[in-house]
Amino acid sequence: MIPEQKELKPSAKSPLTFIKRKLIEYAVPLLFLVLCIIGAYYARLQPAFLINEIIMRMARNPVLVLALIIPVVAGMGMNFAIVLGAMAGQIGLIIITHYEVTGIVGLSVAAFIAVPFAVLFGYLTGKLLNRAKGKEMITSMIFGFFAVYVWQLFFLVFVGSIIPMRNEKMILSTGVGVRNTVDLVGIRYALDDIIKIRDLPGINIPISTLIVVVLFCILITFFMKTKLGQDIRAVGQNMEIAAISGINVDKIRITAIILSTVLAAWGQIIWLQNIGTLNTYGSHVQVGLFAVAALLIGGASVAKANIWQVLLGTFLFHTLFIISPTAGRNLLGDAQIGEFFRVFVAYGVIAVALVLHAWQKHSAAKNK
Amino acid sequence: MKNFIDLAYNKIGLPRLIITIFLLVFLIAAAVVDLSIPMLTGSLLVRVGMNAVLVLALIPAIKAGTGLNLALPLGIMCGLVGAVIAIEYKLAGATSFAVALAIAIPLAIIVGYLYGLVLNRIKGQEMIVGTYVGFSVVSGMCIFWLLAPFKNPEMVWAYGGTGLRNTILLHSSFDKILNNFLGFKIGEIEIPTGLLLFFGLLCFLVWLFGKTRTGNAMHVAGSNPRFALSCGINIDQMRILGTVLSTVLACIGILVYCQSYGFLQLYQGPLMMAFPAAAAILIGGASPKKAAISHVIIGTFLFQSLLVVAPPVINVLVEGSFSEVFRGIVSNGVILYALATRWEGGE
Repeated sequence: MIPEQKELKPSAKSPLTFIKRKLIEYAVPLLFLVLCIIGAYYARLQPAFLINEIIMRMARNPVLVLALIIPVVAGMGMNFAIVLGAMAGQIGLIIITHYEVTGIVGLSVAAFIAVPFAVLFGYLTGKLLNRAKGKEMITSMIFGFFAVYVWQLFFLVFVGSIIPMRNEKMILSTGVGVRNTVDLVGIRYALDDIIKIRDLPGINIPISTLIVVVLFCILITFFMKTKLGQDIRAVGQNMEIAAISGINVDKIRITAIILSTVLAAWGQIIWLQNIGTLNTYGSHVQVGLFAVAALLIGGASVAKANIWQVLLGTFLFHTLFIISPTAGRNLLGDAQIGEFFRVFVAYGVIAVALVLHAWQKHSAAKNK
Repeated sequence: MKNFIDLAYNKIGLPRLIITIFLLVFLIAAAVVDLSIPMLTGSLLVRVGMNAVLVLALIPAIKAGTGLNLALPLGIMCGLVGAVIAIEYKLAGATSFAVALAIAIPLAIIVGYLYGLVLNRIKGQEMIVGTYVGFSVVSGMCIFWLLAPFKNPEMVWAYGGTGLRNTILLHSSFDKILNNFLGFKIGEIEIPTGLLLFFGLLCFLVWLFGKTRTGNAMHVAGSNPRFALSCGINIDQMRILGTVLSTVLACIGILVYCQSYGFLQLYQGPLMMAFPAAAAILIGGASPKKAAISHVIIGTFLFQSLLVVAPPVINVLVEGSFSEVFRGIVSNGVILYALATRWEGGE
């Protein structure tokens, strides 16, 4: 998505320096590739199972990661507040489950209902982040936490008491509050099953969902070439210069966050139609963490990201996710180690990326 | 009237104002629904004491100019390691607490120093980096708790497994060791004398440090780096000092917290602990750039009294347990407020 980086001058003197430079550029994905290979070796999973899991995750997860790109390009860092987008998607799903609209129609209606909520949430996030320039990431993260609690308050207390909702399958027996899990049986696999290849034993390929993912990738690439996309990039490179050249910086930044939030809403819907059950108070909580970790593992930084990094990162992160419990059990005799390890990887990779980025920025500022 | 509101707003600050109003409303409601005030007061005193040291730990970092230290879990981990080692050797009573401190503090100094080195290279991004450094250390330590070769059956999973339990009882080591020290009762109110004295002592030490030459230099480095430079103060060194002190206080803070709570919480337990502490000091009137010990005391008191009074009152109105939700909304809301405004703090 980002055209050839300018700092990669064509004057690479020898192929050796070229290889060295490429190695440094792809150090993070390479490291995780090695980790994945070692893990896969020790996990000894059935190849068909592993491939099937990877394909499934490559269909259901990338849109949530794609949602992060636009704010990164806009210079706002990782938008941890995509949690709010996920919530908007879940609101859509809760409403269609309540009215028992099923199948791909239900899914489309949910995606449609989610949009106004996502736009509203994105607008609020954008407004907030404009007040916290330079501290966008911490602010979006805390806003995500805040929203998780407001969500709990809303769906535990207000639904059923203030907002009428009577579907017994979803509401707690007291009549107030949504159940911990909502069965999404009506829309389960609604997108995956439109076109699905089942010819290989043990492997299902949800072609339709993969097509949607590719479509979103193309759309984002295309979008970044439009006037609005160029404005977003200009704001990301330098807010002051963008403002001087007549761009309404605050508005562009809000637009970037709104787009990110809407994408996250759709991403969450795609993800949940594959999972099949909504964990009312848990499904959205880790969305930001896992998406950000995946993007960074793909080789992106807080200031630079493209769709290839999204796809590569999703692939590596989720492969690690699949293999680490079994690898942990086979290597150290405890599956929990693998689970702890993957959580540690998610947090750790974010911490390291943040440190490296802030370090670079700090030393760049110092050299001036 | 408008002048009065402006004055209140500027002097007290919006967070403190709102929380105080909230608290008053809940107190009136508590009186209406007939909650036992002595019992609430007793548990309030305990909760203020057990949480206050963790809030106090934020002071040196703010003074040194590194903002809210959301990497408190670094110090917390050191404290827990100290506690676990003390229990492993089956120490009891005051000895176990002292040994835990003696192991934890040197660890915290090393960890704080290393983290301070990191912070000097990422100026301006301390909060987000601190958050994720804290998160990754907590989740990395999960693997340690699982693999570390501890043997004491009180801490290891019962059924022949390896690895420490999620919660470790302290009844044979330092459960309530501070709370019960010189503890007495006024009517139905239990006074955790030792706990409050210990907190008072730490406050005094922090205050005393602020009066020393070094403490003053650290404050200058944090509040006015240019002036500090012209005075020949090594700013980076002062930032490291602030971080070390903050980490050490955090490790003491978690031990104080645990002895009052009666359990150690390992694994994911300490993951989010920095946020309520940060919220408390902000409620007390501090800002990420300015803080005093009075902010710690006022903030912890206001925040904890809200947390003590509000849930039982809310539970009368609606069913279910909302203390967690309530705490989450208040603490994150306050931090958001501090981030999104250029609030300089109250007095």
